Amino acid sequence: MQASVIVFPGSNCDRDVAVCIEAAMGKAPLMAWHGDSELPKSDLIVLPGGFSYGDYLRCGSMAANSPIMREVVAQAKKGAAVLGICNGFQVLTECGLLPGVLMQNKGLNFVCRNTRLTVTNNKTAFTAQYEAGEEITVPVAHNEGNYFADDDTLKRLQDEDCIAFTYADGDNPNGACLDIAGICDPSGRIVGMMPHPERRAETALGGEDGKRMFSGIVEALS
Amino acid sequence: MKATIHITLKNGVLDPQGKAIENALGQLGFGGVDEVRQGKLIEVNLTESDPKRAEAALTDMCEKLLANTVIENYQIHLDGEA
Repeated sequence: MQASVIVFPGSNCDRDVAVCIEAAMGKAPLMAWHGDSELPKSDLIVLPGGFSYGDYLRCGSMAANSPIMREVVAQAKKGAAVLGICNGFQVLTECGLLPGVLMQNKGLNFVCRNTRLTVTNNKTAFTAQYEAGEEITVPVAHNEGNYFADDDTLKRLQDEDCIAFTYADGDNPNGACLDIAGICDPSGRIVGMMPHPERRAETALGGEDGKRMFSGIVEALS
Repeated sequence: MKATIHITLKNGVLDPQGKAIENALGQLGFGGVDEVRQGKLIEVNLTESDPKRAEAALTDMCEKLLANTVIENYQIHLDGEA
């Protein structure tokens, strides 16, 4: 199994994600630079959190148009599993692999705290090790995490079971539509989420609720 | 040729910054402000001198990068136009 982590200028969760993948897979992932126009064939591609290109223009918009992303989109369309975390989720919506957009938080503040999540769909490539409806705790750290899409898109996400995580009862930190914390494509192989599972993947970090995202995808791909 | 592009949030899309500005204006004592919406203004200098081709190129730029049409509208003004 080959895993790749894409590194943009301004990414800051790339090494945390790499540690989680190595712990799950037993092998370090390839770290791929944004300016590369070739990406070795990867079974798993992770777009990490951070502030790619300084969040210029719109969060994720410059990264979505970087040379490496043409490769990421091409491999995603051929069936590679893709996980976008926080800024990575913003990049996935900007490049069109996932619908909607992450807008500025409703309360105008950067929110950095633990959130309670409900695993709404445990049939994605990443969430099979969670129980359906399980409540987990994973931290968020963002200024633009307010998921927005038009009513037709929201209905389609619900009808096609494409909402992977929601903020549990009353714990929506940003005003996201339908309390959405993470979504997937209809195949369940492309997942984007605002919370950071890599920041809660060891007991030393306060808990291990995020760890099963990584062990889950490795199990699914092995 | 110089172009100015106005990017604004679509109707119905929540604008927390516009709301905050609106509240601040109220607190400063400015009455009669119904609503404030915040957007972006981008200036582009083009080597193209034909307005039609310039507009086509700018539209392409807006669709591909400058605006996110899920939530934003854009208006292109070429220099010299009213």
